[in-house]
Amino acid sequence: MKSPRIVGAVFLAILVAVSFGAGLFPKYSYSAQYREFTDAAPSLRFPLGTDDLGRDRFARLLYATRVSLLFAAAASLGALLLAALLGGIAGYWGGWCDRLLKRGIDLMLSLPWLFLLLAARAVLPLNASPVTSLIVTYALLALLGWASPARVVRAGVRSFRDSEFVLQARAEGLSEIRILIRHVLPNLRPILLAQFWTSIPVFILTEANLGFLGLSAGEPFPTWGSLLRDLQSPLFLHAEAFAPVIAIALSVCCFRLLSPRGGVQA
Amino acid sequence: MIRPLIRIARQLAALAVTVILGGVLTAALVRNSPGFDSDERLMDVRLDAQSRAAILAERAADHDVLRFYTRYVNAMFHGDWGVSSSLNTPVRELIRSRLPVTAEIMAIGLAGGWILAFAFALAAVRGSWWSRLGGTLSVVLLSVPSAALAVLIFTARGPIRAIVALILFPRLFDYLRNLLADAYARPHILTAQAKGLGPMRILLCHVMPVCAPQFLALAGISASMAFGAAIPVETLCDLPGIGQLAWKSALARDLPVLVSLTMLITLLTQACNAVSDWTSSGLKGARP
Repeated sequence: MKSPRIVGAVFLAILVAVSFGAGLFPKYSYSAQYREFTDAAPSLRFPLGTDDLGRDRFARLLYATRVSLLFAAAASLGALLLAALLGGIAGYWGGWCDRLLKRGIDLMLSLPWLFLLLAARAVLPLNASPVTSLIVTYALLALLGWASPARVVRAGVRSFRDSEFVLQARAEGLSEIRILIRHVLPNLRPILLAQFWTSIPVFILTEANLGFLGLSAGEPFPTWGSLLRDLQSPLFLHAEAFAPVIAIALSVCCFRLLSPRGGVQA
Repeated sequence: MIRPLIRIARQLAALAVTVILGGVLTAALVRNSPGFDSDERLMDVRLDAQSRAAILAERAADHDVLRFYTRYVNAMFHGDWGVSSSLNTPVRELIRSRLPVTAEIMAIGLAGGWILAFAFALAAVRGSWWSRLGGTLSVVLLSVPSAALAVLIFTARGPIRAIVALILFPRLFDYLRNLLADAYARPHILTAQAKGLGPMRILLCHVMPVCAPQFLALAGISASMAFGAAIPVETLCDLPGIGQLAWKSALARDLPVLVSLTMLITLLTQACNAVSDWTSSGLKGARP
């Protein structure tokens, strides 16, 4: 492991430990209001001050870090499973199935993500609970994020399709499904791992943009994106409102340092 | 002669199928949206039973899913894009008035992003210091959400219309640097350098023809990237463009506007990609 990757891994480990550890202390509640301290400046009690509803910005940032990292990783896993399934089937069997998937991938990759997410998010009912809206947001990210990894998986499967060990497995009478699942896909583990690490920062940034536009988790649930909404009134900006931006930028940088070379960006 | 024509016809057919599929999907989106079956005219207490029955009969026609899709897509292809439910204005009029703003932002963003990325990529190929600087700048810009970048520039009273260029720069830089590095390492370019040809001549006469097909393919994708970047920029800076319209429609659940925009963007993006595909394959074919 080279030193930049070690730095990235250590920083992310600290971030995860602090954000998850904070949940053990009742003081750090993301929804507790201190009504006598609305819009308070940073102090020893509130390291990042409080927002206009009197909630501790630091506690909310820690909670948002936990939520965003966890859900981005889950969405990345979901997208990867979908990509492995579709890319694997298309690459292995080829024919019309492959042509259809190729067309679908091209379409998904050429359309602006943010616009697709805006359109899909608008179909949801207005009375969705904060947790539901959060789950739906990341599920949409997973559903729209499969295209780029699927292309890589498809290419990988195609390269293995006619390899000697697959021919031997076929000669021994193994079914095609078994060959694909037990022999071809395990060989794609490095590619899948690279795609997993590459997708996480992409999902973090997309959720941040969606949250900024008010289309991520509902109040009072904090995510990095929903915390960015404080930036929407630039005339009343405080320096501490940029704390989520710094957290996002640093963690995305760390994920990029961690992701192995060869990971294709969505 | 016939082969390129067949290729163009095939791509046009694929484009048409994509647009029709987009139309059906968007009609499905409208059909299944919350509140589709409700009609606020029914809440008018002045209406008698006969009028209410007439409205219900009018709505009943939409319950036949196939008929609804056919009617909706047909109306769309005849220019009837519906009326915005939140702004109470024909969607076509809304798009027509807002398109120039987005086109301007995208044009400035694309031009700025390409110039910046190309200049840095070219410098990066020649010197490792520039490569490191461009790489660092690219990583930093890629790590900040585009919305936050827009706020930072807006707060610092920077050029608002240049924000899209800064968002595009890191996404283009890596590709351009790799393409140029690959082109400069080719034997015929090394030979040209050894024979003492000037750097500008090498770039224009030897490197650009090699990279042109990939550049064109990237140009098609970057138009879509520019539109994606324009959404938060227009929203934050209150610029009355298509991006802001999409955001407002999403918040107001204004599906007629969203479905029309989806169709339009699908068509434009696919057309852009098709044109860049044709041009790049033409260039590949023309190269010895």
